[in-house]
Amino acid sequence: MKQIIFGMGNEAITEGALAAGARFYAGYPITPSSEIAELSSIRLPRLGGMYVQMEDEIGSIAAIIGASVAGVKSYTATSGPGFSLMQENLGVAVMGEIPCVIINVQRSGPSTGLATKPAQGDVMQAQWGTHGDHGIIALSPSSVQECYDLTVRAFNLAERYRTPVILLADEIVGHMREGYQIRELLPHDIIDRKKPTCPPRDYQPYDFSGEEDEIAPLAPYGSEYITRINGSGHDESGDACGRPDNAAKFNSHYLNKFRINQKDIIETKSFDLDDAEYAIITFGCSVRSSKAALKLARQKGIKAGLLQLVTIWPFPKEQVREVCSRVKGVVVPEMNLGQILGEVSKTNPGQIPIVGVNRVDGQMITPYEILARLEEVAK
Amino acid sequence: MNYMDYLKTQKFPLFWCGGCGNGAVLGAIVRSFAALDYTLENTVVVTGIGCWGKADDYLTTNSFHGTHGRALAFATGIKLANPKLRVIALMGDGDGVTIGGNHFIHAARRNVDVTAILVNNFNYGMTGGQYSGTTPENSLTSTSRYGHIEAGFDICKLAEAAGAPFVARTATDNPPAMEKLISEGLDKKGFSFIEVIAPCPTHFGRNNGMRQAAELMQWVKDKSVSVAKAKTMSPEELHDKLIMGKLVDVDGEDYGSKYLRVIASASSGNEE
Ligand SMILES: Cc1ncc(C[n+]2csc(CCOP(=O)(O)OP(=O)(O)O)c2C)c(N)n1
Ligand code: SF4
Repeated sequence: MKQIIFGMGNEAITEGALAAGARFYAGYPITPSSEIAELSSIRLPRLGGMYVQMEDEIGSIAAIIGASVAGVKSYTATSGPGFSLMQENLGVAVMGEIPCVIINVQRSGPSTGLATKPAQGDVMQAQWGTHGDHGIIALSPSSVQECYDLTVRAFNLAERYRTPVILLADEIVGHMREGYQIRELLPHDIIDRKKPTCPPRDYQPYDFSGEEDEIAPLAPYGSEYITRINGSGHDESGDACGRPDNAAKFNSHYLNKFRINQKDIIETKSFDLDDAEYAIITFGCSVRSSKAALKLARQKGIKAGLLQLVTIWPFPKEQVREVCSRVKGVVVPEMNLGQILGEVSKTNPGQIPIVGVNRVDGQMITPYEILARLEEVAK
Repeated sequence: MNYMDYLKTQKFPLFWCGGCGNGAVLGAIVRSFAALDYTLENTVVVTGIGCWGKADDYLTTNSFHGTHGRALAFATGIKLANPKLRVIALMGDGDGVTIGGNHFIHAARRNVDVTAILVNNFNYGMTGGQYSGTTPENSLTSTSRYGHIEAGFDICKLAEAAGAPFVARTATDNPPAMEKLISEGLDKKGFSFIEVIAPCPTHFGRNNGMRQAAELMQWVKDKSVSVAKAKTMSPEELHDKLIMGKLVDVDGEDYGSKYLRVIASASSGNEE
């Protein structure tokens, strides 16, 4: 049975979380994400889950990490200032390898910025906001339907790869209303973390040897296994360990596990790229103006196509490189000053023109601005 | 279980300095675990960062070693997600009530059913003896060489004001009293807070003319008054004193139990 609903992106995100099996939310309200907190506080207890409003975002992410190790799929939602406060413990989820989902409904920054205005300025922060080398997964929805679908996917990826996953939404998709479908999820559409099967005395929560995907099983607290979680340098058992070879092994693992599984993690969508001579590469709310610009360009005889980055991190290098290798120019619209542009340019140093369309005034990029850039590049 | 079963003896010798109070507190905790029949599988020890924060290295229970000051926030999520677990947070004074002060007051106010055991050695041991939020005024630390000009927290008063239903202060010089209060705190439903005054001879002691742990213990003894005695003293007389013993023991429904009513209301459609 499929149910079509007319609703807001933030509602679809909440529905997606519940459908994915999340039953614990800890957060601190902030515009433009607060509807997720409010709806979660109503919906979770009906499902036997729990909502708790913490004293700040540092505590919020800490609580969802704790709840996840206790065996409950957990999430939080925030925006700019709150996402900044979460960076410290985001590192705990990275190093402790704890599945959890952090929804960042981006707003204009830096600092308190323009609290009610959209932006896409947290792309680099999502990857590099917490210190040290590591990989991360970030997904970016461009529609209300994608808010639902990608939230489900965020939980699945978090569980499968024992990692925090960031849903990098923005004020436009979060507050926009359009029709979306609460897709019926079959048991195989929902992924749960690997559980250990070894005898309890042999269990080591960070031993990924023998796991093809480099992901160690995670036993919840309270099971027959002893689970030792550590955000400090640790060995396979979770015990503190400062040996250089051990540090080298695990610090590389926090990146490697995404590299070796990137085929499954990376998702992009292509529109009109088959015969394209020029490409728009973009993500999130900017996909919407880009689709309109694509139509306008085609009407004007410019053979344009569009690559939507659904997965932002790990960056879809191969997909971007492939598109760049067969077009004559690329336009990258984004509501920041060129964060994705830099990543796109790295894949194609100096070979074709790669230019941005950037706005940081809290206003959405218009299709005409993108069209104008396409026309310049196509001249 | 025997108290030794909770200790990872293969990790001995302890990382802590000779004369450090941490070992005695760890001993009191594992003896309390044994007395209360805690199982390894059902117990989660959450630690902060600092010398005392390394306590989980020596324990065989489940553990969570997170970030400086955040132990109670992690513990909140763990306990609320699985109320059957016994959750204990171990924090230093820098950890628990300086960088982590906000989590501390809100965990107490929220009355989450966890036991917080805070070792107060009046300074940041791990990072070299700088002053913390509990360092007494006029003391010398590695960042108050001219005498500390801030007043230190009375953290038991703070816990009480925030609503903690169980608050106790004890010290490492009296192991039976320490163990008794830790056991009571562990057994108490709701947020229980035990402050343990402990010597850091390496930094706080050395900086303040008390190189030997025994001198520090004497300094603590001289400042200590029992709860009963304190009742007979004026606020002026109590200034700078440490009131030892059980300070608060009241009943109050914990957050997890109250939330069951939220679930019941939500399921019967009472709200929206
Ligand atoms: C966010 C952050 N700031 C600073 C530090 C450095 N640091 C580690 S332990 C510590 C103080 C420890 O003091 P306390 O909590 O009193 O514990 P003790 O070492 O005395 O047992 C500090 C400042 C840190 N780890 N994280
Ligand atoms: S520095 Fe102080 S607190 Fe740390 S182990 Fe040594 S004596 Fe104990």
